[in-house]
Amino acid sequence: MTVLPYLVAGWLLVVGLWGVITSRQLVHQVVCLTVVQSSTYVLLLAVGYRTGGYAPIVSSSVPPSSPFVDPIVQALALTDVVVEATVVAVLLALTVQAHKRFGTADPDRLGELSG
Amino acid sequence: MTALVALSLLVPIVAGTALALANVAERRRAAAVVAVGAALASLVLLAVVLARTGRGRTVVWWGDWPPRGRVVGIDFAIDGLGAGLALYVMVLALPALLMAGYAIRASAQLFYGVCLVFVAAMVGYCLTGDLFDLFVFFELMSVAAYVLVGYEVRQRAPLEGALTFAITNGVGSILLLFGIALLYGKTGALNLAQIGRALHEVGPSGLVYVAFALVATGLLVKAAVVPFHFWTADAYGVAPTPVLILLAGVFSELGLYGFARVFWTVFEPALAAHHDAVRAIFVVLGVATGLLGAALALAQHHLRRMLAFVVVSQIGLFLVGIALLSADGLAGTAIFVVGDGFAKAALFICVGVVQHRYDAIEERTLHGRARALRPLAVVYLIAALTVADLPPFGTFLGKALVEDAALSAPGWAWVPAVMALISALAAGALLRAGLRVFGGVGEPAPRDERFAPREEDAARSDEADVAVGVPAAIAAVLVLAALVWGLVPGLAQAVTDAAARFIDPAGYAAAVLGGGVGASTPAVPAVRGPGVTAYLYAAATLAGAAAVAALGVAGRRLPAAAARAVDAVRALHSGHAGDYVAWTAGGAAALAGLFALTLR
Repeated sequence: MTVLPYLVAGWLLVVGLWGVITSRQLVHQVVCLTVVQSSTYVLLLAVGYRTGGYAPIVSSSVPPSSPFVDPIVQALALTDVVVEATVVAVLLALTVQAHKRFGTADPDRLGELSG
Repeated sequence: MTALVALSLLVPIVAGTALALANVAERRRAAAVVAVGAALASLVLLAVVLARTGRGRTVVWWGDWPPRGRVVGIDFAIDGLGAGLALYVMVLALPALLMAGYAIRASAQLFYGVCLVFVAAMVGYCLTGDLFDLFVFFELMSVAAYVLVGYEVRQRAPLEGALTFAITNGVGSILLLFGIALLYGKTGALNLAQIGRALHEVGPSGLVYVAFALVATGLLVKAAVVPFHFWTADAYGVAPTPVLILLAGVFSELGLYGFARVFWTVFEPALAAHHDAVRAIFVVLGVATGLLGAALALAQHHLRRMLAFVVVSQIGLFLVGIALLSADGLAGTAIFVVGDGFAKAALFICVGVVQHRYDAIEERTLHGRARALRPLAVVYLIAALTVADLPPFGTFLGKALVEDAALSAPGWAWVPAVMALISALAAGALLRAGLRVFGGVGEPAPRDERFAPREEDAARSDEADVAVGVPAAIAAVLVLAALVWGLVPGLAQAVTDAAARFIDPAGYAAAVLGGGVGASTPAVPAVRGPGVTAYLYAAATLAGAAAVAALGVAGRRLPAAAARAVDAVRALHSGHAGDYVAWTAGGAAALAGLFALTLR
């Protein structure tokens, strides 16, 4: 098990956040948010990985007492994907409305709220 | 018991889904009956759960997978505070659903559906004993909240507010999940009690600090604690009134509840030697949140944004009560949250009625226009005084307990005075706006260029003839509830009992996992009723609020330097989700650094 996946997760978190912070286009901003989300998928899978481990499916072809990768984090990652997809769907729906009704996907031009 | 707990969640979720699916037929009245019926059923079930849990804990293992040596199942671990908070969510759901009948025009059925899912997620969040489960309920309630805040999607401001809200809070929940994944990697556990035991064995380390900082950030973004509070005014300034009842009454507070729950089950066993440092960090954070919220509320003349900052200031006070890390502090906060939540819900209803009736939301434009709404003015006034600790309302009882907790914690005796100041400033802002809008007293508020009305907003004045009677009655009932809440006999002692159990990680772990040392009953401090000091602090708060309101109405401005400072802070609330995310990321990094420096 190398440290590489953890570095990738950290990188995705930082670079995605940078994108969300600097973006001035809503679709771009939402996609940056999905990059931040991907960091959690990579982290979860990295946490459960065992070098040389089998897929966590018990069958007669796998010798007993052999190592498995952790199935729990895979279930968590799957749940996470569904949950985050919901968030992205809501955000994109709002973006579509912004473009349809106000002709802009630029949060600056939409900007009515401040102070 | 398992069935009771399951049904308390399933009834609103199934009813909500059914309502949303049947959205094709616009049957508003039938939808309202179904929604209120489902909420009532859940409320009764939760009341039974709370009564049966009593002074113990109820642990439910879903699918009948109790721990056999190690935890494989997912549990709900219900105690007095968790069940009480869930019950309170359902109580607040009733006025929210009733108000929806008056405030929501488009696709009401869909609105009821999302609302029911929203409250069901909050209930699950209060009861669960599993960290990942907590995250899933957290996300479910967040997504429902994004949809509800942006429900009036045809207007510019709600759309923008919902986007900012969703992006900021979306980042917060990702940070929370990142922290959860780190904890799982460290301990191989997701059950709160099991993580706590595992961390107790390995002790604190760099990874634990980072995980604590990330989890705390995720939850404190929801709670709107400085510097994670920026989204609050943008979201609360635009959400429909029925949603605000739930958002201001309980949604933000749930972030703090999650923080307290996770701290006391997961991190406390590893950080037991560092109570002083944790107390210092979060009490200071709470005080900062309270002062900033109160100052910004005073600087606001947009009524809803002003209320939003009042919410932030009260969140600061709640965080102080929780961060004192004592049973009476936590109990006081729990009582305070409920009393204050009723009052804030009533205030948002009053402001919503005024806004819809006169199609304006600024103090200046509304000056003296709501004179005719006498009953509403009375409700608004009492609710504002409730925020200022008026005895014997629930806020007074709760804050008296928190004050006692602070006075008995060495080195924190100055906290009650600052709390009184925060409440006085926040309530002063509320009173000032009320006097101007409902009474036409004094000079009109100064013009605020930030909120010059746009053409498209000016064009939507077709509902000027809104009913006042029913919303005013609902608001009056809410204020009455805040009063009755403070008069429930034996409440303080009962909640302190529950709080003592809440802050007992060993007892929690023993109830969930079995075995363990120190599974004895925790020591419960005996609570006295509010004493002389409590009345003195309340009197000072009320006098301060009156003074602030009088100065405001008289048109007194801040000294130039202070005004510039407030303006600079206001300019930070730029309305850009990107800026708010930058504050969130910076805050998370700062928290991790603070933990690494102080918790060793």
